[in-house]
Amino acid sequence: MFGETTYLDNSATTRLDERVLEAMKPYFFETYAVATSEFGYSLGIEAREALDAARGAVAQRIGAAADEIVFTSGSTESSNMALKGVALALGEKKGRHIVTTAIEDFPVLNTARTLERQGFTVTYLPVDGDGLLDAEAVRAAITPETILVSVQHANQEIGTVQDVEAVGRIAREQGVVFHSDATHTFARVPLDVRQGSPDLVTLSAHTIHGPRGVGALYVRPGTPLKKWMDGGFQERDLRAGVEDVPGAVGFAEAVRLVTAEETAALQAMRDRVIDRLLAEVPHVTLNGHRRRRTPHNANLTFHYVEGESITLQLDMRGFAVSTGSACFSKSLEASHVILGIGGDHERAHGSVRFTFGRFNTMEDADRVVESIAEVVERLRAISPLAPKD
Amino acid sequence: MTRFPYNETVLEHFKHPHNVGELEDADGKAVEGSPACGDMVSVTIKVNAESRVIEDIKFQSYGCASNIATGSIITDLAKGRTIDEAKKITWKQASDELGGLPPVKAHCSVLAVEGLRAAVRDYEERHGLVTERVPTTVDVLKKRLRHVMDPLHGLDIVRTDLVKDVTFMDGVVRIVVDLDDSHQFAQVIRTDIKEKIEPLWDVERVEVEFTG
Repeated sequence: MFGETTYLDNSATTRLDERVLEAMKPYFFETYAVATSEFGYSLGIEAREALDAARGAVAQRIGAAADEIVFTSGSTESSNMALKGVALALGEKKGRHIVTTAIEDFPVLNTARTLERQGFTVTYLPVDGDGLLDAEAVRAAITPETILVSVQHANQEIGTVQDVEAVGRIAREQGVVFHSDATHTFARVPLDVRQGSPDLVTLSAHTIHGPRGVGALYVRPGTPLKKWMDGGFQERDLRAGVEDVPGAVGFAEAVRLVTAEETAALQAMRDRVIDRLLAEVPHVTLNGHRRRRTPHNANLTFHYVEGESITLQLDMRGFAVSTGSACFSKSLEASHVILGIGGDHERAHGSVRFTFGRFNTMEDADRVVESIAEVVERLRAISPLAPKD
Repeated sequence: MTRFPYNETVLEHFKHPHNVGELEDADGKAVEGSPACGDMVSVTIKVNAESRVIEDIKFQSYGCASNIATGSIITDLAKGRTIDEAKKITWKQASDELGGLPPVKAHCSVLAVEGLRAAVRDYEERHGLVTERVPTTVDVLKKRLRHVMDPLHGLDIVRTDLVKDVTFMDGVVRIVVDLDDSHQFAQVIRTDIKEKIEPLWDVERVEVEFTG
């Protein structure tokens, strides 16, 4: 907890860890040169070495080799790069069909929509009531025209973790490139690319107390991928633009600081919130799978009340959380994830997401349960829908 | 310092809304819902049979802060007014009284104003005060479209020139909106338009087209 706010929106972004900032500092003020080739000047060579060391640390976490990591400006760019890069490489040669899910986050979803406008066909596979995709549905959706399967590792709102190994096996059998957005699982939920899947993985730094504007794309050697953004020849000519050396160093430090013990502690907070709310507040529904979910995500619908009213009331009590209510969203549309798991507008309307991070404690979990119980009771008292009992 | 997305007046009405509840012996009542944003408002009124003055009014809200605050202010404004005066209360007046609402929220708060108008209409219908059904014309449609908010500006879509064409033929209303169909607010505007036009008695179908 910092200042007056108990921050429980760690899937939106996290507070930077001071140790990450300390690791980054020398690359702003001392080794600030552009990462040059081995024939450059010494300051640039040092920067290059730091960049490559960072690449190794990020790669290691998913069982990859250093040169399979391409640093980007974040997960949005990584997913654009994956989808557009494969579309550019195979659109003419192989086909123009992409398979993804209905509950992907916007970087994948809206890139897929843009590709549709450019003549690609996209299959948006439905998920079940817990948010789980049936891997066999991927097999059924693949046609000879299919060039890419993109299935997130875990969901941004409801935390449901997909069986990407099973999806990967099917994609491999069918000879289709497989991309997975691991923004919300990286370093916390195991993913090992040596197990054969996926071929492209979107990674992000700011969801694990690293710097914002820093991400990466894992690229399996041999994956057909064309550069989609023009410029210089950085990052093995896959990503143009001067490398963000301090950002990469910060990303690597953030990855190193995530431990299994910490993740277990977050999971205990998550479980406390879910178990207590289901037991103590009437008319509550859990969104997402009870067990196959990210360790730091609790998402519940409080029926008969609206999410923005809940988040504002919680804000007044010092808590930061988010909601899938249309009133809270930038497009005024209800959460496509809640609708995607078969929920109606009402279920999205009263949904609240609590996501825990390094700086939270079990006390925060207990306090937010008590506050939200009170807030929901107050709002139900003025709701025309709440059962009067 | 904590910074909230609403001004102090709005927050005060949100925290402690006035006239909350349901009148048991109501003379007029209405529940207005918006599938577009999911909010819902109920309004009940008690009207003096002689003077047609709204003597008591209560509301309930299943909605966001703007919706709750507007419900609170609109019931304050309507209390003690005649039904004819109450019908004329606009969203703009409610918003001004609240010291302004964020433009993107216009849409959620209009619902409270409509709840009041619908409760008055219900009263009029029950008490034989309704004039004959007017046939739908392009002018009637445009008037209705003035209740669809452009979330970009917090003004209605007619005023912000988003409505490019309105036609009505054989029960079919066709409305052309000057936006790309991939625009951030395209879907919410489409739903809102349909919701405002479809209840007209002689309208069978509403088609909303985008220029982009």
